Amino acid sequence: MNFLARLLSSQHSTAVHKTTGGITPAHFKEHSLRSQIMPTPLPEELWLSLKQRDGKMLESLVSVGDRVLKNQLIATPTTAYGAPIHAPTSGQIKEITAKHVVNSFAERQLHIVIAVDGQDKFEPLQPMTQYQSLSASQLIEKLHDQGVGGLAGTDFPTPGKLNLTMQSQTQLLIINACECEPFITADEALVREKAEQIVLGAEILQQASNAEKCIVAIANEMSDAIQALKLALANSVIELVLIPTKYPAGGERQIVQAVTGKEVPSGGLPSDINVLIQNVDTAYAAYRAIVIGQPCISRITTLAGTPLKTPKNFEVLFGTPIPFLLELCGNDVLTHESTIVGGSLMGVTLFDDNVAISRATNCVIAASLKWFPDLPAELACIRCGDCADVCPAKLLPQQLYAFSRSQDSENLEDQNLSDCIECGACSYVCPSNIPLVQYFRASKATELAQVQQSQLSEHWQERYQYRQYRLKKDKEESKNRKARLTKDRSTKTDSADFSRSKAKADIAAAVSRVKKRKTESALRKTQEAQDVTGKSQT
Amino acid sequence: METPFVNTTAATYLFIGVTISFSLYALAKVYHWFKKRHQQQRLLVDKINQLLPQTQCGQCGYEGCRPYARAISKGEQVNQCPPGGIETIVKLTTLLNDQVKTLNPAHGEFEVFKVAVIREDECIGCTKCIKACPVDAILGGPKLMHTVIAAECTGCDLCVDPCPVDCIDMIPALANITPGWCLPDDLNSLHNSLWRKS
Repeated sequence: MNFLARLLSSQHSTAVHKTTGGITPAHFKEHSLRSQIMPTPLPEELWLSLKQRDGKMLESLVSVGDRVLKNQLIATPTTAYGAPIHAPTSGQIKEITAKHVVNSFAERQLHIVIAVDGQDKFEPLQPMTQYQSLSASQLIEKLHDQGVGGLAGTDFPTPGKLNLTMQSQTQLLIINACECEPFITADEALVREKAEQIVLGAEILQQASNAEKCIVAIANEMSDAIQALKLALANSVIELVLIPTKYPAGGERQIVQAVTGKEVPSGGLPSDINVLIQNVDTAYAAYRAIVIGQPCISRITTLAGTPLKTPKNFEVLFGTPIPFLLELCGNDVLTHESTIVGGSLMGVTLFDDNVAISRATNCVIAASLKWFPDLPAELACIRCGDCADVCPAKLLPQQLYAFSRSQDSENLEDQNLSDCIECGACSYVCPSNIPLVQYFRASKATELAQVQQSQLSEHWQERYQYRQYRLKKDKEESKNRKARLTKDRSTKTDSADFSRSKAKADIAAAVSRVKKRKTESALRKTQEAQDVTGKSQT
Repeated sequence: METPFVNTTAATYLFIGVTISFSLYALAKVYHWFKKRHQQQRLLVDKINQLLPQTQCGQCGYEGCRPYARAISKGEQVNQCPPGGIETIVKLTTLLNDQVKTLNPAHGEFEVFKVAVIREDECIGCTKCIKACPVDAILGGPKLMHTVIAAECTGCDLCVDPCPVDCIDMIPALANITPGWCLPDDLNSLHNSLWRKS
């Protein structure tokens, strides 16, 4: 009874602040939550992307034909925006080639392709039992070595984030379990089954970030997960906060607003107001990296959609091809129209299904016409203002829409387009079926492309100017050299004459010497010949 | 004879002094005016140069982007830059209060961004392309294989002609600029043509 009473008492819950905007779409979560998390069988190939978050490439440590073991380090990052890659299973490096990636349309990036041998031979794990005695920087280094991070969707490595917060005094660490987007249940399933490990991971992250307080924020409709967490948190100082379920409650900025009541400044990061946010996936990965010693080689991914006979959550190795997963769930090819990576509101429709699961892939939806019908025709904006009501970033989508159509970049900047988190709430409520978020994404992309182009042309200009400078310098130098040579020649003439006469004398002396020697030797020869003939006669 | 009221010598000196100081002042003014004009000219050239794409390809008939910018500031036509396309022309005409024109076809046509790639087996190491490259983006030595640093290549095409064995290709480089999202109108056409499997 005592146990039950503790369950029912809401000792862990804290007051929650109101957040701006938001919608409450249908969940579509129940299908994939019916079964437990299952590991997938080994696919034939794994495709591991070498792209870092800043667009640079990881440095591959293996070459084609090498045999790798599970947990073996195969690529290291070149900047702070990358996490090392460990081989998810044993096999042979088949090739290193360009393949499509999820996040950008029609883009190809280098991938390491591992031909899986099916034996799953592994390198021994190195667990750290005495991690409580480690310092924050040691823990961060360990997390970095184990490749933890990028599981929340932004692909940002956790050690980088922790280092960022080391500089500012972090007061609050929030473990984010508010998975608010329809279809995605990966975090909820993880919390339901691995609550204790997540709490241990949260403690590790708190130790690594030196945060004064740690909070687990979870959506209030995830009843099973909340119960599991309450049990796990019974003897912990970590608090549990229930966030009202709406979309997007799980966004970084929204969760900070809900928990602290403060807003993250425009263009800033939560670290600006001394808050650090980590996903539950990251907490679980941190637990595995430190306590078990397991490098980050897999994640929980939801497979959902009507064409799938058994939608469920899988523990998927990084690099597993999406078609393999779809087949595993009994994909009905007849009703399967397209594949969406991510949730139904923020996800990306794949151009080509042959894409691998990356760190950030938390959901794959097999879309059918039943739930994802063709877009209805776009009508004119009637200025109802519904979009402004639901915008979580307090923007004016109808203004942005007008400027986006006319590609007016100055006004878009004035209206703070860069603060748009691309949640898609505005498109969801629009009575005229305007795909507003699509316009904003396009405008953001063109702005980014313009910035990149101007940086590039600045760089070219610098190189051109340097070349001009170099050519000028070379020309001057060669002129100087010529002048020096002619000067040398003119100063040398006197001594040259002198030496020439001396040389003549030398040559004459040498010639006379040679002549003398020749006549001498000739004389000697005749004498010898005479001697010989004399001797023979005698 | 009455002595003149004005001391002639002093007056002469005064006159000479005043003349010299005035002429010096005038000279300084003129110098200042020229300097200011020169500075303005330079600023204008800088502004124009900022708008040009910096490929340094020389298709405009000038040696590079800055020389062309200097020529524009002295009254050259703005529609001679094929890599910049119509966008650059619009930007330049708004800066110079000029009328928008179409690209002059005599200087070439707008193309997608390409980078030079050397077929390395065929390269004989003649260094001719290295000398032609306006941004020093080609690496190599005499009788050794050359290669293009793709990240530095402006796609100016200048290395293609000097190559005696024709081993340089111009290949479209999509990866250099992040391909992003397109506007819904463009997307719908793509959606209909490519995305639907049926």
